[in-house]
Amino acid sequence: MNSPLVDIRDLRVKFSGQRTVHALNGVDIALSPGESLGILGESGSGKSVTLKAMLRLLPPRRTTVAGSIAVDGQDVLAMNADTLADYRGKTVSMIFQEPALALDPVYTLGHQIAESVIRHEGCDRATARQRALDMFERVRIPSPARRLDAYPHEMSGGMRQRAMIALALACRPKVLLADEPTTALDATVQIQILLLLRELQREMGMAMIFVTHDMGVAVEVSDRIAVMYGGRIVESGGVADVIKSPSHPYTRGLLASTVHGAMRGTRLEAIAGAPPSLATAPTGCSFAPRCRLATPACEGAVPPMVGVGPAHVARCIAVAPAAA
Amino acid sequence: MSAPSAAAVAAPESSAQTTPPLLSVRGLVKHFPITGGILGRKVGTVQAVDGVDFDIAKGETLGVVGESGCGKSTTARLVMHLIQPDAGDLRVEGRTIGLNLTLRELRRGVQMVFQDSFASLNPRLTIQDSIAFGPKVYGTPEREALARAHDLLEKVGLDPMSFGRRYPHELSGGQRQRVNIARALALQPKLLLLDEAVSALDKSVEAQVLNLLVDLKAQFDLTYMFISHDLNVVQYMSDRVMVMYLGRVAEIGPVEIIYGGARHPYTRALLSAMPSMDPAKRTMEAPLAGDPPNPIDPPSGCRFHTRCPFAEVVCSTRVPDLLRQPETAQHAVACHMADASSGHSRAGSGT
Ligand SMILES: Nc1ncnc2c1ncn2[C@@H]1O[C@H](COP(=O)(O)OP(=O)(O)OP(=O)(O)O)[C@@H](O)[C@H]1O
Ligand SMILES: Nc1ncnc2c1ncn2[C@@H]1O[C@H](COP(=O)(O)OP(=O)(O)OP(=O)(O)O)[C@@H](O)[C@H]1O
Ligand code: SF4
Ligand code: SF4
Ligand SMILES: [Mg+2]
Ligand SMILES: [Mg+2]
Repeated sequence: MNSPLVDIRDLRVKFSGQRTVHALNGVDIALSPGESLGILGESGSGKSVTLKAMLRLLPPRRTTVAGSIAVDGQDVLAMNADTLADYRGKTVSMIFQEPALALDPVYTLGHQIAESVIRHEGCDRATARQRALDMFERVRIPSPARRLDAYPHEMSGGMRQRAMIALALACRPKVLLADEPTTALDATVQIQILLLLRELQREMGMAMIFVTHDMGVAVEVSDRIAVMYGGRIVESGGVADVIKSPSHPYTRGLLASTVHGAMRGTRLEAIAGAPPSLATAPTGCSFAPRCRLATPACEGAVPPMVGVGPAHVARCIAVAPAAA
Repeated sequence: MSAPSAAAVAAPESSAQTTPPLLSVRGLVKHFPITGGILGRKVGTVQAVDGVDFDIAKGETLGVVGESGCGKSTTARLVMHLIQPDAGDLRVEGRTIGLNLTLRELRRGVQMVFQDSFASLNPRLTIQDSIAFGPKVYGTPEREALARAHDLLEKVGLDPMSFGRRYPHELSGGQRQRVNIARALALQPKLLLLDEAVSALDKSVEAQVLNLLVDLKAQFDLTYMFISHDLNVVQYMSDRVMVMYLGRVAEIGPVEIIYGGARHPYTRALLSAMPSMDPAKRTMEAPLAGDPPNPIDPPSGCRFHTRCPFAEVVCSTRVPDLLRQPETAQHAVACHMADASSGHSRAGSGT
């Protein structure tokens, strides 16, 4: 088997400083070219930290990183400043919930996209400007030529989000990381952006990791889904397998407590309790304090990943492994 | 707004002409001036709420949905009289504020819970003192107010002994939102305005708080106005739903009709923009293109005409009235297609 485009093994991230947070406690991700992975999970489960680690965006002095991250055959954790600058935007790009994080308020959008193209591809300004215009057309910004000369604050929220996507994709990255890019948008604009990302991803043959806490959004954009809890992936598999036959008690609880219209008049099955604090590294299953099936064995050791179906795994000692 | 439109939004009980609705709102208007430059001159106006009519009957939950900036929070703040309306008539159980209902009485009967669980609690007060604060202001003796605070903490699922003396920063978001709900209930209000009250919570915690709201409603005989951008949650919670667009009511009716047989093109677009929960039935086409227009100079006539696939000349020249639908009582729509006399080519065709 070929080595995957993204190959993350046993990634651990610890923040120290005022308080210690064991944010990631052994994350494994393998992603093929063109594949789209949705990461679901509660607030604080480590979704954003996973993406930031892939771009080396975590504060270096307060962060301890262990494990390995390989993207397109390169060892990301070993990169020096120059390699990292080439890698960001060219191999891997990221879009955020808040475009302000990616867009510079003092330059026009056309200028920012052109600069990125020149830096990564060394082409002349006219070619770069043409690329910026192409990108604006592809993300369907109305009157694209005129809007290239606009500043970020002159655009509506949906348009800024499109501009950020144009900037992220201008150098045709192999992997796009998306951290809740539609959470702040209105419903009618959110669906436009989700469909746009799906289409661009297919056209450009790009792999995508899409972080969200919204089940419906994950279903719209993902081939596979990974569910995070307490800094670990607790279940992963094809989107239909995970949504239709969830295995891990947390995934089951998440699905049962996600409200939809058909539940009218019935009581919601809430998961009792609150997520773990992660002040110490979890030595057993981090979901145990909230899990109805928990036994003393669950807290004794970290449960291993168990195959529950074809390419469908769950990290729980109570689930029955699929017959081999 | 004309007389028939007011009748159209009457809540179920009041249509029998017996008791007045718990809350009745007619012709509510709030415009915010936009100032600019160093002189702070007025450069425009946001028509945040522009002629809104609705009723809420005792015991029901009215859900309110619509895109960001359509005036949901402004409507709630006007009902609470946190801001003064420019025009409109607001009655609680038939009594009008300033006429035969004092602000003090209003604030006692109507309470509000906001999205930001942190900003709404005083960081210097323990949570039991925060909850007891309102009753004390209204003359309840200290010890009695504290006893009520403990009772309410228990009701919202927080052990008063282990949580009562904590400060807001020592609680999780879900726990803080429970405290906010307890605080809102401390004055024993009749109507609770919930403005994105569960939006900041994780799904698993959101379900806990929604269950709590359902229980408390039955236990204390409450009435809710439930504002949320989450259409699934609104469908779960509401008896009737009001859909707003740029400061006006587009459609209002029983939850089954809004989610199953909506007539306003905006309502339909909004509902079909909901992400699919079924991997085999992903959304293939976005129901609307473009962004919502700028609220500073809203479109003329029907404010949806710049995005509506059915827009005709009449739509940009005349404001559609919110009219009761002949087929179903309690269902009212503000669209020329739903008004047989509008002159729209699809009027009366049932779309
Ligand atoms: N720079 C940092 N310094 C210290 N702790 C951090 C830092 N960044 C994240 N954390 C902590 O790491 C944990 C994981 O955070 P992360 O941002 O990945 O959560 P998330 O899953 O993205 O949550 P959300 O859904 O709220 O965005 C949290 O406990 C968070 O407080
Ligand atoms: N105090 C204010 N001064 C000026 N404009 C205001 C003020 N309060 C609200 N607005 C404007 O009025 C409009 C309606 O705002 P409102 O907060 O009621 O919207 P909303 O429907 O609650 O939106 P959201 O879903 O984002 O909470 C918006 O355009 C907003 O910017
Ligand atoms: S390992 Fe134990 S505690 Fe963890 S999810 Fe499985 S049954 Fe629950
Ligand atoms: S009045 Fe006209 S523009 Fe407005 S919703 Fe109806 S058809 Fe569309
Ligand atoms: Mg995050
Ligand atoms: Mg609001």
